[in-house]
Amino acid sequence: MICFGLPFLRRFAVLLCLLWAWPAQAGHIRIAAAADLKFAMDAVLASFHKDHPADVVDVVYGSSGQFQTQIEQGAPYDLFFSADIAFPQALATAGLAASPVRAYAVGRIVLWSASQDASRMTLASLADPAIQRIAIANPKHAPYGRRAEAALRAAGLWQKVEAKLVYGENIAQAAQFVQTGNAQVGIIALSLALSPELASRGRYGTIPESLYPALEQGYILTRQARDNPLAGQFADYIGSPAARDILTRCGFVLPDRPAP
Amino acid sequence: MEPGDLQALWLTARLAATVTGVLLVLGTPLAWWLARTRHWCKGVVAAVIALPLVLPPAVLGFYLLLAMGPTGPLGHLTQALGFKSLPFTFWGLVVGSSVYSLPFMVQPLQAGFAAVGERPLEVAATLRASPWDTFWSVVVPLSAPAFRNAAILTFAHTVGEFGVVLMIGGNLPGVTRVVSVQLYDHVEALEYGAAHRLSAMLLTFALLVLLAVYHRRARAGERA
Repeated sequence: MICFGLPFLRRFAVLLCLLWAWPAQAGHIRIAAAADLKFAMDAVLASFHKDHPADVVDVVYGSSGQFQTQIEQGAPYDLFFSADIAFPQALATAGLAASPVRAYAVGRIVLWSASQDASRMTLASLADPAIQRIAIANPKHAPYGRRAEAALRAAGLWQKVEAKLVYGENIAQAAQFVQTGNAQVGIIALSLALSPELASRGRYGTIPESLYPALEQGYILTRQARDNPLAGQFADYIGSPAARDILTRCGFVLPDRPAP
Repeated sequence: MEPGDLQALWLTARLAATVTGVLLVLGTPLAWWLARTRHWCKGVVAAVIALPLVLPPAVLGFYLLLAMGPTGPLGHLTQALGFKSLPFTFWGLVVGSSVYSLPFMVQPLQAGFAAVGERPLEVAATLRASPWDTFWSVVVPLSAPAFRNAAILTFAHTVGEFGVVLMIGGNLPGVTRVVSVQLYDHVEALEYGAAHRLSAMLLTFALLVLLAVYHRRARAGERA
C-alpha cells in the first residue's frame, strides 16, 4: 500500500472512518419550517422531545417558497410547515403530499424597532422623515412581505414610504436589518417580535388585521413520510393542547379559535 | 428579458468594473510588497488576504453589516465623514465586494511580480532608473499577463458574488439588486423561465472568462 505509507493520507483515512461511523438513530424525521416558526417550533420540539426521548427530529428553517421547490425536486423532508398555506396546497395538488393540507396557525405582522418605542407607533408613523429605512421581507416571494405591502397600500402609505424600504430575503433578515440598527423600523412577524432575542431589544406596535389578508399557515406530511410513524405522531402533537398553547404564546392566532 | 433583468445586469457590470478598478489601485502595492518583503508579518498579511477564499460569504456579510451599521466602527467613520451609512447602498456593495474579491486580485499579481525576479530590477538600477520608473517601465510590462488575469478573475468573481450582497444589500432595484440576487428572486418566486434565461447568460459569461484565462495560459505554456 503505497498511499497509506504517507502519514497524512493515513490520518485522513482515520478521520473519514470516524466521520462515517456515526451511530444510527432510533426514530428520525426531518422538518422544513418557515423562518417565522423558529422560536415556536424550537419550543414545540423541546416539549415533544420529553415524550419521545429516543427519537431525533431535525428542523431546517427557511423560506417557504424555496422549500416548495426543494420538495418538488425530492428533498428529504417528512413534514413541511409553510408560512403560507398556498405552498403546501400546491404540493398536494402535484400529488406530493401524504396528508391533507392542515391549517395550524395564522400569522400576524407588527411594527418593530430597536431604536424607538414601536408600541407607540402606527403605520402612519412610517411617513415621518426621521425614519429613513424601513425593512420588510421581499414581497415578491415572502408571505409576510406580501402582507406588509398590502397593509401599507391599504393604509395609503405605499407611495410615501416605498423609497425608504429595504427588502430582507425573509422575515428573519428583515428583523436582522432592524436589530443591527441599519433600518429604524421593520414590519415583521409577531412571532419574531415575541422571540427572546428580539423581545429583549425592542418593542412592537400592532397593525390592524383588517389592513391585510389573513396569513393562514398550513402544513403537510410529504410523500416521503408515508412509512414513517414518527411523522404522524408529530403531526398529532401539533394539534395537541400543549403545542397549541406554545403557538399562542409565540404570537400565532390559532385557525379555529377567535383571536385573543 | 424583463427590464428588471437588464437593470440588474447593468448594475452588476458597474459594480464589477468599480471593484476591479478599486482593487487594481489597492491590490498592486499590496501584491508588490508581498512579493518583495521578508518581513515577519508577511505570512499573517497573506493569510488575512486569503480569508475570503475559505470563509462562508455569510460570515463576511454578517460582520460587514455590523461594522458598517450606525453603531459599528466603519459606520462611525462614514458618519464622521458626513456620509450616509453604507449598508443598502452601491458603495456599501463596493466595499463588501472589494474585501470579498481581494485575493483574486492580489494572489495572481503577487505570483506575477515574483516571476519577474531580481535580475531585471538590478539591470534597471545600474541604468540609474528610479524604483518608480523601474516599476512602470520594467515590472508592469513584464507582469502584463498577471495584471490581465487578476483583473479578469476579480471582475468575474464580483459578478458571481451572492452571499455578501444578500447580507448587506437590502435588495434595492437599481442600487443593490445585482444579477445573482435578481436570479435568486426569480427562483424564489418560482419564475423558472426567467431564472433559466439569466442563469444561462451567467454560465456562458463565466465559461468565456475562464476560457480567456486558461486558453491563453495553455498557449503561453506551449511557447515556453
